[in-house]
Amino acid sequence: MSSSDTVISVEGLSKSYLIGHERQTRGYQTLRESLLRGLKGFGRAAVDTLRGRQILDGEEIEEFWALKDVSFEVKRGEVLGIIGRNGAGKSTLLKILSRITEPTEGRVRIKGRVASLLEVGTGFHPELTGRENIFLNGAILGMSKTEIKRKFDEIVDFAEVEKFLDTPVKRYSSGMYVRLAFAVAAHLEPEILVVDEVLAVGDAEFQKKCLGKMQEVSEGGRTVIFVSHNMFAVQKLCTRGILLDKGSIKTSGSIDNIIADHVSLGVTDRFSNAKISRQPQIVGAQILTVHPRTDSDLQIMIEWILPLDVPGIKVGIGLNTPEGQRVFDSGPEDYGLRSPDRKGSYKAILTVPSNTLMARRYGVSVGLWKGSANATVFDHQNPAIGLSVEAVPVGPYSHQDTRDGFVNVQCDWRLIAE
Amino acid sequence: MAAKASDGGNHREYCEGVCDLVALNRTMVKPTIADHRVADTRGAPRKLDEIIIEPGRAERNYWLDLWHYRELFSVLAARDVAVRYKQTAIGVVWAVLRPFLTMLIFTVIFSRLAKLPSEGHAPYALMVLSGMLPWTFFSTALGDASNSLVTNANLVSKVYFPRLIIPTATIAVSVVDLMISFGIMVGMMIWYAFVPSINILALPLFVLLAFLASLGPSLWITALNVKYRDFRYVIPFIVQFGLYVTPVGYSSSIVPAKWRLLYSLNPMVGVIDGFRWSILGGGSPIYWPGFAGSLAVIAFFLWLGISRFRKMERSFADLI
Repeated sequence: MSSSDTVISVEGLSKSYLIGHERQTRGYQTLRESLLRGLKGFGRAAVDTLRGRQILDGEEIEEFWALKDVSFEVKRGEVLGIIGRNGAGKSTLLKILSRITEPTEGRVRIKGRVASLLEVGTGFHPELTGRENIFLNGAILGMSKTEIKRKFDEIVDFAEVEKFLDTPVKRYSSGMYVRLAFAVAAHLEPEILVVDEVLAVGDAEFQKKCLGKMQEVSEGGRTVIFVSHNMFAVQKLCTRGILLDKGSIKTSGSIDNIIADHVSLGVTDRFSNAKISRQPQIVGAQILTVHPRTDSDLQIMIEWILPLDVPGIKVGIGLNTPEGQRVFDSGPEDYGLRSPDRKGSYKAILTVPSNTLMARRYGVSVGLWKGSANATVFDHQNPAIGLSVEAVPVGPYSHQDTRDGFVNVQCDWRLIAE
Repeated sequence: MAAKASDGGNHREYCEGVCDLVALNRTMVKPTIADHRVADTRGAPRKLDEIIIEPGRAERNYWLDLWHYRELFSVLAARDVAVRYKQTAIGVVWAVLRPFLTMLIFTVIFSRLAKLPSEGHAPYALMVLSGMLPWTFFSTALGDASNSLVTNANLVSKVYFPRLIIPTATIAVSVVDLMISFGIMVGMMIWYAFVPSINILALPLFVLLAFLASLGPSLWITALNVKYRDFRYVIPFIVQFGLYVTPVGYSSSIVPAKWRLLYSLNPMVGVIDGFRWSILGGGSPIYWPGFAGSLAVIAFFLWLGISRFRKMERSFADLI
């Protein structure tokens, strides 16, 4: 019976993409050079079109393996967590499992109906009312009309939007929008549920509710594959995990071991990204302080590029516990400064005052985004780098490694003897 | 990051929530799989069908899948119909106004100025309109369907379903427009006191034919459009060019006999001749060899469209 208990089996799965690079040139080009380049590009595009190949920008074409030889099995009723840094191949894996894209090599066997939730509110139409969108989104996720009708009240209840059911969703607050979208998805009843980072949205109260719903789903004996950057949620929900790194499986096994591995993977004090894209992106992050100790000012440098003017873009960092829980975050806006929004490349150095952190390991995440509630995230490296703070051997703040907590708040104590 | 920034303050609350859950989890008895089966309200436990995902594997149960997703088809079509005329002042009137005005102009130019003959005893305006309706349908269907995958890129890259549904549902929306503009036809018939013959009963068949005639090329072009966005510039050209080689403003009977068969290779010639035959009656007989030619071309494009679409469908999510 053991083999019939396997609902998903993945063997040697690989996926490659072709990506084009612009050749790096010196700062300027003559008119003749750019004309020549344009002409060459045009010629190549024409040839590619005639041969039925994909058109790629740039002179150098590279085959990029988003996934390389990934194999694993999932048993019925198991909740599998997939973790890894950005670009490790998690989303590609989910896309293959949900049949959105095809693998380049390998094979997957799936027993049962798969519903995938790769994004909250896929297909929501802003002009339609909440009621219409419930039916639309449900149908897109693979629910039948009768199924949606049966669960309609439950969905509305869960989303807490009774009053606005007949209002177009473009008038909804972003919180309401997200609640409604998750509510529909949460009431799917597939044998296998594939979920990608959907808990990252909504307020804390709602996240709690979502986690509860997810837990309920997995309790119901259904199989769940769950991707998240929130190690806390992963740890609570999942029984087993897979750690992906650069497209292949680094470790797999019990979720606690995986998380520990993931954290140590993040502990390098330097991050750099040489892949050039047309999006604003973080290109580097590094801890400038040598041998960080609790009593030293900690300096962190981040570097980013804006390939074009992006009004309203913000840069910021966050300090996390190894489990991925936020200790604090900070951005120039907190200090009356403004993140630069003009095209260019930038650097920022940020200082965490001495005697603030404990002697522990932290993950530093760096992000570029725009907007507040329903933010557009251009780049988010989490964790970009690891930070390991050592204890001071002597003095008032020594032994910070044996204490609880993640921050050292300097309180004013007065002892009064009666 | 922004979401994180907002949840930063509520973190304690959030953690407490999770801890509650964990506590809850411990007190709950894990239901067995058998319980789950019973609790599954979808009725009798279905046989678990196995899906195999492999490179280059055409899905064996593609057409069955398409059937399973038939509701999505109607929901998407209903969405597009509902959205089409939102935030427009005169809404649905646009569907009627465009063909009506074109009909007026064509009637004046082709009948009054160029002095072209009508078909049988039918008023010229009615003849133009009965060609105008399928042509407007064809051109909007072709235009909208060809862009449909690109405009629904968010769906294509986030959810699985047979992609054929998207362009097909878009064309269904054009059918609704066609139905609405039939209102003018009825109005014009009353104005001219024109009584249609029994042939009118065959009209739904020709509407279906018009649907198929636009489906084939649309599927082909929409698939190409995902890979090469050049094709969106091709459509307006086809539509503009097609208006002259299709009997919209004139009757196909004025085409010299020796060119008639070649002329009929334009699939819309067969469709429009069919529309005129069923609306205007016996005065506009169908030229059968030509009609058969149109049918063959429609069938060919349908085959080409579906097979090309199916072939490229697998890579849509990567290219879009």
